[in-house]
Amino acid sequence: MEPTASMTSSILSWTIFLPLAGVVVLAAMKNAQVRSVKIVGCTASVVTFAVSLFLWFGYDAAAGGFQFVERVAWISSLNISYHVGIDGLSLLLILLTTVLTPLALIGTWNSITNRVRDYTIMILVLEVAMVGVFAALDLFLFYVFWEAMLIPMVFIIGMWGGQDRVYAAVKFFLYTLVGSLLMLVAILALGYAASQMPGGQFTTNLLDLYAVGPRLASSIQLWMFLAFALSFAIKVPVFPLHTWLPDAHVQAPTAGSVLLAGVLLKMGTFGFMRYCLPLFPEAALRAMPYVATLAVISIVYGALVAMVQTDIKKLVAYSSVSHLGFVMLGIFSMTEEGMQGAMIQMVNHGLSTGALFLLVGMVYDRTHTRTIDDYGGLAKVMPVFAAAFLFISLSSIGLPGLNGFVGEFLVLLGAFRSTALHSTAYAAIAATGVILSAVYMLWMYQRVMLGPTRESGKYGGNYVFDIGRREIGVLVAIAVLVVWIGVYPASLLTKSAGTARNLIHMMDQMQRGQMPRYAESPIELLPGTAR
Amino acid sequence: MPMISNAPLIVLFPLAGFLLIGLLGWKYRNELVIGIVGSGVIFLSFATAVGVLFEMASLPEEARRSTVQLFPWIGTFTGTSGSLGVSVGYQFDQLSILMTLIVTGVGFLIHVYSIGYMHGDKGYWRFFTYLNLFIFAMLNLVLADNFVLMFFGWEGVGLCSYLLIGFWYEKTFTGDAAKKAFIVNRIGDFGFLLGMFLIMRTFDSLSFTSVMSSASVMPTGTPVMFWIALLLFVGATGKSAQIPLFVWLPDAMAGPTPVSALIHAATMVTAGVYMVARCAPLYALAPDVLMIVAIVGAATAVFAATIGLVQNDIKKVLAYSTISQLGYMFLAMGVAAFSAGIFHVMTHAFFKALLFLGSGAVIHGMHDEQDIQKMGGLKKYLPVTYATFVVGAIAIAGIPPFAGFFSKDEILWNAFSSELGSPVLWTVGALGAVLTAFYMSRLVILTFHGKERFDHHHVHPHEAPKTMTVPLVVLAGLSFVGGWLGVPASWGLGNVVEDWLNPVFEPARHKLMLAEHESHAAEFTLMTISVVLAASGIYAAWRWYVQHTDVPDRIAGKFARTYRILLNKYYVDEAYDAVVVRPTQTASDKFLWKGVDVIIIDGAVNGTAKVIAIAAQTVRRVQTGVAQSYAMVIVAGIVAVIAALLFI
Repeated sequence: MEPTASMTSSILSWTIFLPLAGVVVLAAMKNAQVRSVKIVGCTASVVTFAVSLFLWFGYDAAAGGFQFVERVAWISSLNISYHVGIDGLSLLLILLTTVLTPLALIGTWNSITNRVRDYTIMILVLEVAMVGVFAALDLFLFYVFWEAMLIPMVFIIGMWGGQDRVYAAVKFFLYTLVGSLLMLVAILALGYAASQMPGGQFTTNLLDLYAVGPRLASSIQLWMFLAFALSFAIKVPVFPLHTWLPDAHVQAPTAGSVLLAGVLLKMGTFGFMRYCLPLFPEAALRAMPYVATLAVISIVYGALVAMVQTDIKKLVAYSSVSHLGFVMLGIFSMTEEGMQGAMIQMVNHGLSTGALFLLVGMVYDRTHTRTIDDYGGLAKVMPVFAAAFLFISLSSIGLPGLNGFVGEFLVLLGAFRSTALHSTAYAAIAATGVILSAVYMLWMYQRVMLGPTRESGKYGGNYVFDIGRREIGVLVAIAVLVVWIGVYPASLLTKSAGTARNLIHMMDQMQRGQMPRYAESPIELLPGTAR
Repeated sequence: MPMISNAPLIVLFPLAGFLLIGLLGWKYRNELVIGIVGSGVIFLSFATAVGVLFEMASLPEEARRSTVQLFPWIGTFTGTSGSLGVSVGYQFDQLSILMTLIVTGVGFLIHVYSIGYMHGDKGYWRFFTYLNLFIFAMLNLVLADNFVLMFFGWEGVGLCSYLLIGFWYEKTFTGDAAKKAFIVNRIGDFGFLLGMFLIMRTFDSLSFTSVMSSASVMPTGTPVMFWIALLLFVGATGKSAQIPLFVWLPDAMAGPTPVSALIHAATMVTAGVYMVARCAPLYALAPDVLMIVAIVGAATAVFAATIGLVQNDIKKVLAYSTISQLGYMFLAMGVAAFSAGIFHVMTHAFFKALLFLGSGAVIHGMHDEQDIQKMGGLKKYLPVTYATFVVGAIAIAGIPPFAGFFSKDEILWNAFSSELGSPVLWTVGALGAVLTAFYMSRLVILTFHGKERFDHHHVHPHEAPKTMTVPLVVLAGLSFVGGWLGVPASWGLGNVVEDWLNPVFEPARHKLMLAEHESHAAEFTLMTISVVLAASGIYAAWRWYVQHTDVPDRIAGKFARTYRILLNKYYVDEAYDAVVVRPTQTASDKFLWKGVDVIIIDGAVNGTAKVIAIAAQTVRRVQTGVAQSYAMVIVAGIVAVIAALLFI
């Protein structure tokens, strides 16, 4: 994974930090200037999206590898640098972020009424951190972005959330922090290990560490893998580390849920692909059956629990656990199909679940209830909304021709064909998720949308009206992407192919024992532990 | 080859219709324009398919198969050999073009019929949107040149089925029926998916061409082929409503009647049969699965027919009849009589579409009444409907020279004579034939003959408009002559359908080493028996429902328990609910969510937080802010460390 120096411009840094320009402008404004604040926020995120398109069209998929690489010395004494660059995986996720952020802002235009300026600042800061996480090629820089993301998210949930927002925010914060502190220890240990290499020195440069991690002794690798994996698994979230998610989602304001489900969860699965696998391939192979098992449990468990939820938002939250289980299964199938499926499934889940949260937000803005039993026959009074909801639901349950199918199919096929997993049972059990997703989505859809309309015409005590142009526009934008990916996924899969190929190649080498190792003198990271 | 290169248009016309009506229909609600566009695109597809057929026929037999690739669809795009890569591509051969003609031909007639039937419905544009989308999906299913695209069509028709069953979404039961159809189909699709994965694992490909050609050199009876064939068949039982997944189809009658005719009788539900036929080379490698297919088919044929005996909803009778007839088709597949099965798909499409559309005309004329106990004597009010309905009934009952006779008889003969068949399978099939003749006659008599049992003050039966009766007449004609394309070889005439399809199925039959049986005497004997059986079924119905109308009630009274079981469809729905649905819900709710999630995991999380909080509260007291006590602790620490270094 050598960086290609084809593009040396700083377009990637522009993409990362452009939202800060919006923050600067907003800082000079007041909360009361609601409309101007919203316009500034949207403009900043839309311009960021426009700039990110240069990445999309500029990325040379044929060449593969990391592109748009920038490197500036930061803390020279520790070899820490501002080092960013993207491969196909980061490209997809950065675009997902820059697409979802403006859509989330526009889609919830009227949802937030208090301290709008502060809220918009938080969203923009969040965007910087999210894009930064995906672009970082230095572990220290990655960690900074990773933690930086936490702060605006906690505020978004804790200040603009629902009734139990403080409990949810604290739970989210603690869960995430526990994981990331261990990760910090592992990052430092890895940097130290680099210095123990012949002629080596302390570094957090990911590309250098790619040559260090795989050479570590098995036991060390395993501990480091676990430290990273715990942090990422919480974020995904993988069963049984998922219970922060339903609370955080239910309490978060709509835009928070959209970005939380749409982008933040992908940081976990992204972390596995960018860090856990290539840095600690041997440990990853050892952990494979366990992680795959947890992934399958997440798929089935998330779906079953989603089925019996009484709150729409919670249902969607648990469905995320199920869908992200597919991503995890794909990654740990260690096949090209699985990897490709996992990557495109990340994008798909971001779009579909992001859209679902937007939809739930739209109806909540009108009715102020999320309880399924409070609804019924909504399709008659909100036909456009009902059609959009059905369309996104179908995308979410993986109807062929729409985006969700591509990812699920590749993942399941990859898991089924995986020789490393030694069993087709993983895929066979995971495939029941295909049935269960139809059960929970269509059952919810039926209870909310179909059947006789309320006699009173009131939902949650309010008369409702169908969605308007702004809301339709946002949904149409997502729908176009949903169809596009479903019909012509090649446009995404060709971009991410290099990443999949490299990871699989590396894992193959590992399995065949061809990975260059210092077998005769395993690195003694901590005296006495590496045997 | 000018026609073949344009052949993808067959698929694209309905797509264009779907987009046009779907995007503009809600705004310009002109019924005439929508109806003409909606039907017109299907006619264009049909016409193109006819062109392709003629071109194909003009070619030598071995040159008739061709494929057209459009663009790459799903794959890894990594360039690694053996990794997945499927395209949107269509395959035109004798089998797929025949199926295309059925789908677009019958589909066109039903579109025309719908112009009249759906008149005045506020969802008129929506109806035609869904209908065109259905044809698009169905044609993808039929014409796909690989499993994944077939699956796209497979699930696509399932979606349209969902949308159209739930078309009148303000009613409660339509939502239930639609959801049930989708979910039960998904259970089948689960099998289809796993089957595909296993094929990919075995053949490193999902394109029909390469899978089938690899299969031709594989040994028979291996476990992997058993599982591939069985898993695909699970998919087929879902889509084609066979035991144990048939439960959705009767409920699907909640949709508008043209939908029942098009999707739940003539085309979509035969997709499972088509899929097995398409995969004949794979099934040829799994004779055990073929036996399972035959048994399931025969069992379903009789099982559904017995339920059909006592149903009182005109559409429900036809629904169970469809399940039963689909059983015959699978019976054919199971004894490797692939052509016979596809032939029955064709004739069934004619007469069952006719019967459903006829029932639609009755329901239309009776102001949405579906209970045949509240009908009777309708023949004088709906003469065209009556005449055509009778043609359909005779055709399905298996009376020569109507269409159903030829196809059903070919299946029964093969069930008896094939090396994969047996006299038992024939007997079961023949029993089903008696039942079929009986319940169809009962349906005709109770609907059109006898006393008028409806309320004359509220119901004024009337014949349907031209747009509805013309399709009925056309279908009646097809139900009459359609069978002549497959006259048994023993009659000394050419069996056009079998000859046409032969090149497609020859490799599979060759693999199974099936010989042609030329015992004409036996064939004639069995044929005579089955005609006599059908006639006696009709006679029994006539005796009991025209002459001695007290008999049915007496029988029902005498065998009250059996009658109740049949009336309640063997309580299968109730059993599924009690064994699968409710336990899953309860376990998910009480155990997984409120148990594992809330009590165990969150309990642990909150418990840890609480312990830390209490610990922090305690430890906090140490921070007194008094410098002297801090100094004391430091000194104590130093002493302890020095002591440790010295003495340990």
